[in-house]
Amino acid sequence: MTELNAIELEDVVKEYLSHGEVVQAVKGVTLEIAEGEFFSLLGPSGCGKTTTMRMIAGFEEPSRGVVRLHGKDVTDVPPNKRDVNMVFQSYALFPHMSVWDNVAFGLKQKKTPQDEIKRRVGEMLEIVDLVGREKRRPREMSGGQQQRVALARALVNRPRALLLDEPLGALDLKLRQAMQIELKRIQREVGITFVYVTHDQSEALTMSDRIAVMNDGLVEQLAAPREIYERPATAFVAGFIGTSNLLKGTANGGTLKIGGGRVLVPGHEGDVTVTVRPEKITIGTGEPEPGVSSVRGTVSEMVYLGTYNSYSVKLPDGAEITVFEQNAHDATATAERGDSVWLSWQAQHSYVIGS
Amino acid sequence: MKRLTPYLLALPSWMWLAIFLVVPMVAMASVSLQTGNAIDGFVMTFSFSNFGDALSRYSTQLLRSLLYGGLATLAMLLIGYPVAYWIAFKAGARKSMYLFLLLLPFFVSFVLRTISWSFLLADNGILFGTLKSWGVLPEGFHVLATTVAVVGGLTYNFLPFMILPIYVALERVDPRVVEAAQDLYASRTAAFRRVVLPLSLPGVFAGVLMTFVPATADPVNAQVLGGTENTMIGNIIQTAYLTNLDYPTASALSFTLMAVLLVGIFVYARALGTENVLEAAAR
Repeated sequence: MTELNAIELEDVVKEYLSHGEVVQAVKGVTLEIAEGEFFSLLGPSGCGKTTTMRMIAGFEEPSRGVVRLHGKDVTDVPPNKRDVNMVFQSYALFPHMSVWDNVAFGLKQKKTPQDEIKRRVGEMLEIVDLVGREKRRPREMSGGQQQRVALARALVNRPRALLLDEPLGALDLKLRQAMQIELKRIQREVGITFVYVTHDQSEALTMSDRIAVMNDGLVEQLAAPREIYERPATAFVAGFIGTSNLLKGTANGGTLKIGGGRVLVPGHEGDVTVTVRPEKITIGTGEPEPGVSSVRGTVSEMVYLGTYNSYSVKLPDGAEITVFEQNAHDATATAERGDSVWLSWQAQHSYVIGS
Repeated sequence: MKRLTPYLLALPSWMWLAIFLVVPMVAMASVSLQTGNAIDGFVMTFSFSNFGDALSRYSTQLLRSLLYGGLATLAMLLIGYPVAYWIAFKAGARKSMYLFLLLLPFFVSFVLRTISWSFLLADNGILFGTLKSWGVLPEGFHVLATTVAVVGGLTYNFLPFMILPIYVALERVDPRVVEAAQDLYASRTAAFRRVVLPLSLPGVFAGVLMTFVPATADPVNAQVLGGTENTMIGNIIQTAYLTNLDYPTASALSFTLMAVLLVGIFVYARALGTENVLEAAAR
């Protein structure tokens, strides 16, 4: 018998009535989230990720399908009777309560003994580094501090799972990066399952154990970050996660003829779409040795970005390929705008997504 | 010149306040201490006894006014809060229509509306006359010229002033904050008591202020709906000014009423834990 999953969704559908028409926000999502996992729901706005999370929290009732928490069917259980807690987008702290009362709210509602509340709230404020600010009101605090209050308010209840709805969206870049590391640390410390909703792919890649990439109410791919980045299952995933180049063509004997060159796709025949990540491509002026994929093109744009140079290379058939070149040696770029160049990459860096 | 600009811009409003608030108050204060009559004129005699005399003569009406104002305010709160809550959280896209309906009666004069109620509530009028002829109500049943009629009239007339500030406060409660309370194990009732109600208190405070003060001082409802047994302080002041031309007594009573209301408001603010009354009222 395997361990019970923290959260299970079984073919969950959510329909809304909008102007007399039935709209499906979530079109049948099946997920299993393991105990202690950092799980991300990633996708553009309107993809159904927030609705999915709200069904786990109990704020939305699925039109069809089953939600299970630790093997128990909770599909009809209201949010206040579910053993999960949520960190809301823009925090939704209680504006009329002090930090202490915000954090103690859940424990008080659960009728926890007074001395235990005192101990646990104190411990929690220590974990999120807010000791000495117990009496502050939320509006007297910075965004980062409010964020930590929201986190403490949810975690102090030791929920079976913590749901986070774009919790870092309102913070500036520096603070966001610091909080990403902080969140990961806290998750390791408390060992609770985190379900993280975000539209920020780098955030999802940095923190998650596994990611479900959602689009238009469906999960496009569910895998570990590395897998999602290196082997995107669909063109949508390839495009949404990082920058990627899509090459279309007809494979013949495991080779795709494109732009006066060849792309090696061993074992594939017929019409295929191939993705290559920009940082896997080498840019050069001489013809590369055989045994690698290589195409010819003209540099249409070169941008210096500090740690790397970004090239846009136009192939004879009109396709545009982005190439990142590490700024490792000196400040001079390999090619300039208008130069004719060769692009090459190892065969294993071409990834065929559907044919 | 530049530094003076903001003060110059504020000048019209300062002059407005000076002319229409400070001057009449000073005039009234002065009149309240004068003696004389309308024919021979009034002379300043600093007769503070005007206050004592007026108070001892009309203390019944003053207390009755406070009681009626208080009862009406309580009734408005009990009726108004649920209405405001419903419009703020449940009315959806029709919110503005309901708010408009709420204000619609104001397009008819206050006095006319009150007089229509006296027709509606007449002993043998359209409502009670019919019910009596059906035998539903006993022959002697009447509402007009009772406390119920006056308090009911006040409640009806000032209700929107209770609903609107509460609505504004409730409207500003972030629904996610309520969800957060439910997420933290609060039942619907607990979420209301711990989160929605406290967040709407500034609105309740403003609503009570905006209804209790005018309801207590109102002369129209008692006159039209109350008969002789339910005279309120507003009627006394009105009669003293307009009929008896006894300006000193009327002024003294007005000041007394104002002082009582102000003291009441500050005590109420203290009890509610509002640090700044005016700020809370303006929210």
